[in-house]
Order: sequence, then structure tokens, then C-alpha cells
Amino acid sequence: MARRRRPSRAVGTLNGPSALGLGVALIWFSLLVLIPLAAVVSTAAAGGWDNFVTTLTNDQTQAAIRLTVVQSLLVTAVNVVMGTTIAWVLVRDRFWGRGALNVVIDIPFALPTIVAGLVLLALYGKQSPLGVDFANTETAVFLALAFVTLPFVVRTVQPVLEELELDVEEAAASLGASRLTTFRRVILPSLVPAIAAGAALSFARGISEYGSLVLLSGNLPFRTEVASVRVLTYIENGNPAAASAVATVMLVVALLVIVLLDVIQRRVSRRG
Amino acid sequence: MSIEVRNVDKRFGDFVALDDVSVSIPTGQLTALLGPSGGGKSTLLRIIAGLENADDGTIEIEGVEATHLPPQKRNVGFVFQHYAAFKHMNVAKNVAFGLEIRKRPKADVERRVDELLRLVHLQQFAHRLPAQLSGGQRQRMALARALAVEPTVLLLDEPFGALDAKVRKELRDWLRRLHDEVHVTTVFVTHDQEEALEVADEIVVINDGRIEQVGTPDQLYDEPANDFVMSFLGDVTRLNGVMIRPHDVDVNSTPVDGAVVGTVTRLLRVGFEVRVTVTAEDGHDVAVVLSRAEARGSGLAEGATVWLTPHRGALTVDARPAAGVSA
Repeated sequence: MARRRRPSRAVGTLNGPSALGLGVALIWFSLLVLIPLAAVVSTAAAGGWDNFVTTLTNDQTQAAIRLTVVQSLLVTAVNVVMGTTIAWVLVRDRFWGRGALNVVIDIPFALPTIVAGLVLLALYGKQSPLGVDFANTETAVFLALAFVTLPFVVRTVQPVLEELELDVEEAAASLGASRLTTFRRVILPSLVPAIAAGAALSFARGISEYGSLVLLSGNLPFRTEVASVRVLTYIENGNPAAASAVATVMLVVALLVIVLLDVIQRRVSRRG
Repeated sequence: MSIEVRNVDKRFGDFVALDDVSVSIPTGQLTALLGPSGGGKSTLLRIIAGLENADDGTIEIEGVEATHLPPQKRNVGFVFQHYAAFKHMNVAKNVAFGLEIRKRPKADVERRVDELLRLVHLQQFAHRLPAQLSGGQRQRMALARALAVEPTVLLLDEPFGALDAKVRKELRDWLRRLHDEVHVTTVFVTHDQEEALEVADEIVVINDGRIEQVGTPDQLYDEPANDFVMSFLGDVTRLNGVMIRPHDVDVNSTPVDGAVVGTVTRLLRVGFEVRVTVTAEDGHDVAVVLSRAEARGSGLAEGATVWLTPHRGALTVDARPAAGVSA
């Protein structure tokens, strides 16, 4: 009797090299990300529920978290518009100095954050050559976040825009679509995944920012103190459980926003 | 006349794409713009569609002066070589695009889309994304999308250029049948003379930014205006200083007055025909095509001496540009 052919490999089984690759990736990811995150959450938990609640109901802490999240959301919204515009100009327009601009975009990202802080202080602080003084205001926090997160949306949208074919826009035009309609119905849906990815990066960077804003914002409690400064203060006061509690909240906020952006992106690109 | 192109010039930097081109394209016909790559035929099509602006000259579409109209206002359907599909929309949405832009009632749009998908045989693919279609199917979708807005003229830029030979041939036949059904004035660009001869009612031959000849496929093949048109529309060889089709050369095994004397240097049988290369006494090669029966009858062999004459009534063209035709 002829033997039956062996059933083909079940879906989800990996061959040697892929299994090894997956293993290495998981171990690396765990060492760098999962274990430290778990440690933060467990430190927060070790302090007990009471400590957790006390920390989070503290008015100063709440103000810091609120300021951080609101300013990060604002900056992300601005980046979505400005970043997409800058990417558009860099890809579609030909002008003198375009190459230079393309390089300069990355400077806020490459600059050590404390240097960025010094630059901002010199520009918008008390001795501002522009005649403005944003030192010790919420605007200082916004400016610092806007400065360091500028490249994210630009750099995620730019390559996608470069790949877009011009004949698709010509097709829309010959079908009667105005430039605005073509942008809204044809170009934008193709860009949404990239914009969402850039926005997620930008927001994540915003809620974690420390170095670039400490100098200009002045870290005034209830006014310009951000979450990361609050965490540092708790550590310095010998209260790592409270620091971890704040950190855990920021972790949850970051996760929520990333998931939300993913949902929006799926919705938009499916609707068309 | 449906499309009137008058004295159109177009340059890209130093390159002259179109040089004082004037042509009339008849209503309801299927017209081919035929010519080699870089000859200006796609540029002319894009200028008609408004996707490119002429440096000089005018365009009139169905009696409407269109030279300065943007593409949105010209009411032309355009089909691109690489489909230009809206990748994030399904097939039905792609086809509905032009109608939705025009804010037609939803029920009308649905009915029209359904009708068009039937016409291009894609009704069962309405909910697929373009990426899930083959090249031929994508191009049919693009055609339905262009037809949806009921354009006054339909323009196709190398529509089958990105497809493989078999699908190309199928779509070519299908386009001809579709045109017989829809009757919209259609202009398509191609560099494939077989495609133009097979599908078009009328052919405009364009080369080096100029129009070489306009005529029906038969006129162009039988009465080419010059050596370029003759050589572009089929094989040619040189005999005694004139251009002639290889199947119009008679091979004699005995001396004939006024014949070109030569030696058979190559005999190649391909299916039902025999391709003969004869090296004349002055050293240049003459290509001749015979049927198998003719070749066998004249007892041809490599090394044999033969006398070549033009077939009686054969078309010959002087091998100089813009020379007259003699038959």
C-alpha cells in the first residue's frame, strides 16, 4: 500500500533559521524593553496600592501629567500638519536650498537634548534677540517639544510621498477632481499610515522629553513641571515606588495613544 | 471632426517633442498615433488631454476651444500605460470616482458602475483591490473608470504596453469589439505597427515630432508617403536603389533583362515561408521572402546565381526621405 504523503507543515511552524531569528529578536527585545518595563510596573506595585493612589491623587503630580499629555497631543497635532507640509515641499517643490533644508530637518533629532535646551533658552529666554520671553511658561514646554519632535512626521511621510506615482494624480484630474479633492481622496489616504506612524513617534518622544525643556520651562510646580521632572524629583526624594507609579501611568498613556493611532490609520486606509 | 490639433509646438528644454503638428481626428472612430519611442506621440496625446501644455498652437475638442482648459474641464477619459489605479479603493470605487466627484445620486452611481463592470467583464471583482487583479484586469478597470464620466473622447497612452504578448493580443481584439459597441471617439498611442494595423480605423504616423502620414491601415501599407512610413509598417529591403517589401521580389534562376544579379548566401525556412538572403554583385544584401512552394519550384540552393526583379505591380519607394510613390 502506497504511503500517504506527509501532511504539509502546519501554518505557524518555523524552519531552522527563522526560528533562530525569532528567538534572537525576542531575547533582545525582552532584555531591552519587556524586562525593564515589567520592573517599573513591579516597583510601582511593590509600593502597594495605597502608595499608588496617593501618588496619583497628588495635585502636583496630576498637574505634571496633564501638562505633559496635553502639550504632547498639541505638538503631535501640529506635527501632523506641518510635518506633512514640509515633506510635501521637500519632495514636490524644486527650490534653492532644498538639499540643505533636507539635511537641517534632522538637526533637532541629532542634537543632544541639553544643547537643544540651550538653543531654545538663548532664542526664547529672557535675553531673547527676538524680543520674546517664553521662559517659565507652558509655551516653553510646547516649543521644546515641537523642536525635538519636528523630524518624525517629515521623515516617515517623505519616502511614501516619493513613491507615489504622478499618473494617479493625473488620472484623478482627468476624471474631474480638483487639486484639493485629489489630495483628500487620493493622496492623503496613501499617506495616512505614514502620518500615523510619525505621529506615534512624535507623541512618544513628547511625553518622555526632559533635557530640552528643563532649562526654558523652569520646572515650576503646577505650571511648567512635566512628568519626567516629577519622576526625577520622586527619585531624588527617595521614593522610587511613587516614581514608578508616575512612570506606569505614562506607559499606559503611551500605549493608548499608539493603539488609537493604529485604529485611526486602519479605518482611514480601509475606507478610501 | 472631433479633435482639431492646429500648429502645435512643444519643447522640453532643447528637445523638440512636437514641431508644428496639425491633425484632425474624426468623430466616433478608433485612431492610432503610431511611431517610434520618443517621436512625440504620447506628448501629443497628453496635450489633447490637458496634462501637458502646448508651447504654441491650439486644440479643439468637439468644436470647443480647449487649448487653455485644465484637464478637469476637457471631459476626456485617459488611460495610462501603468494603469494609475487608486490603490486604496476597490474596483467599484475606482470606477465610481469620476461620478462621485460630479455628485451624482448614489443610486445612479451604483447602476452605472454595475453597467460598466459588466461591459469590461469585471462584475465579479467589484470588491477586490487593484493589487488583487492581473495587469489585464487592472487595465480594463482603468478603462471602465475613464468611460464612467461619459467622455467626449477616450485617450489611451500605450494601454497594452505593460502587458505580456498573449494578454496584449486578447485586449487588442477586445478593445476593437468594445469600440464597436460604445462608439466613443478613441485615440490610442502605440509603437507596435501590428497593433495599429489590426485595431485602428485610421492611423497617424508620428516621427521626430512631425506627422509623416495620416490614413487608413490599407492606405498606409499600400501607399506609404515615404520610406519612413514604408519601413515602419512592415519589412523592407533595398533592390537597385529602391525600397521594396521582401515578398515583392521575384527570384529568377535564368538571366532576365534589367535584373539584379546575385548569389544566394543564406536560405532559412520558417514555418510556411522561406527567407532568402541574396548578395548582389555590388556587395549589398537583398532579403527575399518566398512561399515554400515557390522556393521548391525554383530549385534554390545556397551558392546558386539568381536574377532579382521587382514583382509586377509591386510597391517601391525611392530610398530617400519624402520621395514620391510609384506603383
